[in-house]
Amino acid sequence: MPRPLTQRTRSLARCAFLFLVTVSAAFAAPEPIRIGHYASLTGKEASFGQAARKGVELALAEVNARGGVLGRPLELYGEDIQSKSGEAATVVKKLITRDKVVAVLGGNASTNSLEAAPICQNYRVPMIAISSTNPKVTAAGNYIFRTCFIDPFQGAVLAKFARESLKVRRVALLTSVSAPYSVGLSQVFREKFTAAGGEIVADLKYSEGDKDFKAQLTALRAARPDAIAATGYYAEAALICQQARALGLTVPIFGGDGWEAPQLIELGGAAVEGTYYSTHYSAESPAPEVRNFIARFKAHFNGETPDAVAALGYDTVMLLADAITRAGTTAEPALRNALAATKDFPGVTGATTMDAQRNAAKPAVVVTVNHGRIQFVESVKP
Amino acid sequence: MTEFLQQLLNGLSLGAIYALIALGYTMVYGVLRFINFAHSDVFMVGSFVGYYMGKLIPEGTLWGGLTILVGSMMACAILGMTIERLAYRPLRNAPTLNVLITAIGVSLLLEYTGQVFFGAAPRNFPAIFPVTNFHLGGLIISSNQLMVIIVSAILMVVLQLIVFRTKIGTAMRAVSLNPKAAVLMGVNNDVVISFTFGLGSALAAAGGILYALNYPSIDPLMGVMPGLKAFVAAILGGIGNIPGAALGGLILGTVETFVAGSQWSTYKDAIAFAILIIILLFRPAGLLGKFTVEKV
Repeated sequence: MPRPLTQRTRSLARCAFLFLVTVSAAFAAPEPIRIGHYASLTGKEASFGQAARKGVELALAEVNARGGVLGRPLELYGEDIQSKSGEAATVVKKLITRDKVVAVLGGNASTNSLEAAPICQNYRVPMIAISSTNPKVTAAGNYIFRTCFIDPFQGAVLAKFARESLKVRRVALLTSVSAPYSVGLSQVFREKFTAAGGEIVADLKYSEGDKDFKAQLTALRAARPDAIAATGYYAEAALICQQARALGLTVPIFGGDGWEAPQLIELGGAAVEGTYYSTHYSAESPAPEVRNFIARFKAHFNGETPDAVAALGYDTVMLLADAITRAGTTAEPALRNALAATKDFPGVTGATTMDAQRNAAKPAVVVTVNHGRIQFVESVKP
Repeated sequence: MTEFLQQLLNGLSLGAIYALIALGYTMVYGVLRFINFAHSDVFMVGSFVGYYMGKLIPEGTLWGGLTILVGSMMACAILGMTIERLAYRPLRNAPTLNVLITAIGVSLLLEYTGQVFFGAAPRNFPAIFPVTNFHLGGLIISSNQLMVIIVSAILMVVLQLIVFRTKIGTAMRAVSLNPKAAVLMGVNNDVVISFTFGLGSALAAAGGILYALNYPSIDPLMGVMPGLKAFVAAILGGIGNIPGAALGGLILGTVETFVAGSQWSTYKDAIAFAILIIILLFRPAGLLGKFTVEKV
């Protein structure tokens, strides 16, 4: 039967050819290690996404300049989730199934990470959240990590700062009900602050994207608070500060790391002067690794000063590169186990150790806005 | 009491903006019987025109502020007429559903073109009018809040005069009543419809500037929520009815403010929209609308 024979030879030849191509390609250049990063590069959380992406890019450039990891360069597959809900799930699925990334980095807002985490867990691809502080993020499973502290910690930091440094007793709380981050932070703050002898005199809510806070602020003004805690993100925080000052509220206003963005000062102007927020690192820290990182970042991005999210983005890539090196492979579950075993990894945002819940344990700093610049106030360990 | 008055003032200044936007929805519905979903994005373009004009004109002067207000209204009037000419006029005899879908398309086009040209990050709107705060006992009234209420009131009176006291206004009402009969009476429907779009868009631009004055953070998607609320306000007052749109806007703004300042602030939008449903259950044509049976 001549026909099947020729067919077989043909397919054999094809196989041999393919094999040769693959082998020669492998010899010509080592196959890159694909890393996915999703972030809101546009939309109202764009500041977080862009900062994180810059940190990630700098880290990739540095790792590749020193020869990559396991002799293979790192290759970035970046996606923009446009500050939209639902988008994170879609792009992470694409990163895993089509781009075949070995790990997914991101997101920033906890909302996005909460969407992406179950998908990464299902596909058994490690995900490292960059600045998502809501505790539920890593509860999605044993493949989900993060390089930042979590809200129970941050809430305790804020409560301690308000009680001991600001010396206030009556605090009014403003929460963004559509952001799990804000809800979680407010809840812990309330518990810790009342436990420390403080009192929550007003508890008001708003939603992401709101622009009018005069109603809530008028109501909380009537409660005569000593300070206002606004636990949402920067776009709303800037408007809250402006409208609070316009309504004659002169008490201190403070928030969490959701305030960390240059837009806070651009949008808030004079109204955000003297406000406080807790965050992951301060660009004013005298530590040599921070000074060094800032110098390299400025050289890479035209003199721009990295904020905390950029520093976390940088640390996340370095932490992953370290784990791949220790695992000696990108295969699972070796990589996941190596990530989980991270101990005292020296990052820009402090020494990072993964705890049993795969959260990074590290100290927080409190900063203030002074003459349009971010100024270090204190480092807090509750 | 002070708190109540302060909330009432906050609510009225928010409601006045909803009312300005709602007028545009209602007028277009009146003459064309369709909802122009792109209206809320014309509102956004209005505030961006103000933002860019604010870079050229010195901040914090009354004449500068008024120039920006009028300039932005004119720019958006032209934009509104262009949208009508390019997107809606070719569909004049098509089913209403087609026009409705086109309107959604134009809305998305404006939003995402805006993201390309203006960038997606929120921007700080300049203080184009001089700002002072008046203290009346415990009540704090900002000049921007007063500006919103005064400008809205003036524009609504002017609109009422145009619709009821001018020739073009009479033509608008004629087209609204019966377009075919209007043509037979020598009304040029295209001109009237174009004028309606221009007028509605100018009001949206004024709303955009006033909104940005009070909430000085603008972005290409800023029109979505106020647009939706204004649409609701238009229906609440009785769609197609001009005083109804104004009333609907004021009610919605005030209710929303009082709920947001109470312990139920979580349910701010839910309560505002629930009130809408209840009112429509009892008055299906809206507060001031007349219920008409469509004859087949």
